[in-house]
Amino acid sequence: MTEPLLRVRDLKTYFVTEHGRGTARAVDGVSFELYPGETLGIVGESGCGKTVTSLSILRLIPEPPGHIRPGSVIEFEGRNLLALAPPDLRAIRGNQIAMIFQEPMTSLNPVFTIGDQIAEAAIIHQHLSRKAARARAVEMLTLVGIPDPAERVDQYPHQLSGGMRQRVMIAMALVCHPKVLIADEPTTALDVTIQAQILELLGRLQEELGMAVMLITHDLGVVAGQADRVVVMYAGQVVETAPTTALFDRPLHPYTEGLMAAVPRIDVRKSRLQAIPGQVPAATAWPSGCRFHPRCPHAWTKCTIEEPPLLGDGDHTARCWLVQEPARRKGGGTA
Amino acid sequence: MTAPLLDIQNLVKHYPGRPPVRAVDGVSLTIAPGETLGLVGESGSGKSTVGRTILRLQEPTAGRVLFDGEDVFALATAPLRALRRRMQIVFQDPYSSLNPRMTVARTLREPLEIHRLAPPAQMDARVTALLEEVGLDPAFAARYPHELSGGQRQRVGIARALSVEPRFIVCDEPVSALDVSVQAQVLNLLADLQQKRRLTYLFIAHDLAVVRHIADQVAVMYLGRIVERAPAAAIYSAPRHPYTRALLSAVPEPNPRATRARIVLSGDIPSPAHPPAGCPFHPRCPHPKKNERCRTEAPALRVTGESPAHLAACHFAEEPM
Repeated sequence: MTEPLLRVRDLKTYFVTEHGRGTARAVDGVSFELYPGETLGIVGESGCGKTVTSLSILRLIPEPPGHIRPGSVIEFEGRNLLALAPPDLRAIRGNQIAMIFQEPMTSLNPVFTIGDQIAEAAIIHQHLSRKAARARAVEMLTLVGIPDPAERVDQYPHQLSGGMRQRVMIAMALVCHPKVLIADEPTTALDVTIQAQILELLGRLQEELGMAVMLITHDLGVVAGQADRVVVMYAGQVVETAPTTALFDRPLHPYTEGLMAAVPRIDVRKSRLQAIPGQVPAATAWPSGCRFHPRCPHAWTKCTIEEPPLLGDGDHTARCWLVQEPARRKGGGTA
Repeated sequence: MTAPLLDIQNLVKHYPGRPPVRAVDGVSLTIAPGETLGLVGESGSGKSTVGRTILRLQEPTAGRVLFDGEDVFALATAPLRALRRRMQIVFQDPYSSLNPRMTVARTLREPLEIHRLAPPAQMDARVTALLEEVGLDPAFAARYPHELSGGQRQRVGIARALSVEPRFIVCDEPVSALDVSVQAQVLNLLADLQQKRRLTYLFIAHDLAVVRHIADQVAVMYLGRIVERAPAAAIYSAPRHPYTRALLSAVPEPNPRATRARIVLSGDIPSPAHPPAGCPFHPRCPHPKKNERCRTEAPALRVTGESPAHLAACHFAEEPM
């Protein structure tokens, strides 16, 4: 088996909350691997820790109030990013690992032309001359499907539509041909017809450039269409990981199952949607035992006391005691 | 057929500018009592402007709206206030639509006081009943909006709309800011309340999958106009307008084995300040029959097919794509 490009081991990113009254354990022992050329979907709802995980990988967590706990490991091609000196980290960030964000307007600088912003990374990391970098910017704009790239290169972000800005963000991220692209909700702020364009673009670019993509999203539909493997997060932890088809065919964790049942489907009308009762707990006070147990329809005493590890065989695992005791599942279920 | 509760006739809302922004450009719709009309569209389609204009939160440029036979745009201040008791709105972002300095109890009492709907001695009981009705513990009455989760805040927004016992509620993207698991809770709540209170909804959303689960009728807007309207089942099983077809095909399906062909539209949504001539959708239209007529002649919303209830504004709505 090929070596992973990126290996996250027991990542813990905590935040001291306002007035120092508590600690929010936003990411609390997350492990996964990203292999060359694959798309890994990271799915979860607000507050599950998916964005903090991606920001931790790039060491973009503001310290304080945040800190990555000792013992956490983020290995990129065998080097622990958490132990790198700032110049070494900068040589990787934006160069070999790049990121695109949800909100292209706030991630682009309004006072620089898009050409300058795309060229910046090429000048810093690849030491291109201004002229060569500008040519590279035009090339990148062409690659991401912006019409009239030679004129657009001199425009400012406010002159572009939301979809065009997201294309510019992608061009900026890909200018150094990164090995890893982290895309955090790249289409959430976009209209559905524009989302379809951007997803198609990301799929095509990944094939052409052969990079690995970590796609962070709350949308199971986006994951189903784009990802090879999926990591489901809940309450700061990985609760299930599986190849995409296996996850959708046979979700093991009741949270994954609940999430799938709650999504309104365009192809069938359900008279009632199946909601997950209750709310996501606060990161300052995760429930004891299994963190999903207060909302879980199957939970029994053990779940309230003992925290399950990731259980299961090979490439499909879930943080749930039902994997060991399937007879406890109520009402048939899928497993 | 029963008379519609809401009858929107040729509604126009232009915002001043050079050229003016044609946010809503001749929209006609009816909603029968007890039904939900899903109004669907992308940013800039004018769907929210329709919702706000019929409540007169914004003044219309032209057109007429009849609510239960009453001409909404002709009302003076006092009768308009009385009408607002019967027409309410729930906003997308419950955080910015709730006053951060008011407790939940005060938020819910205010409309009751303004409309003199309960004597002071009964206020607390009314607030408790409203909270219970939207699935919140009465203890929430003492809390402030920042102490609530997004789903809880949206429940308070719904309770506030219900407090004056309206017949009609504009739900303007009421679940788009919520997480999936909570979104399902709020959609179920809206459906329950509708049944219990015989409510009529105008449900504005960009998410066609969400609308499928709540709407009886669906209207699709593009650049200020209705491009298709039909009973919900017909829109989803046999969409006629190329834009509706593209919109439906673009919704990501939570099924990795989905085989549905995706129509990816090229280009951006044009600005409503510069709507294209002819059919406003023609520059992005993937229809194989698209021709000169589409570029010059705006298609009327017309019956296309067996059902008189299925309307589409496309010269080639009957042709396969």
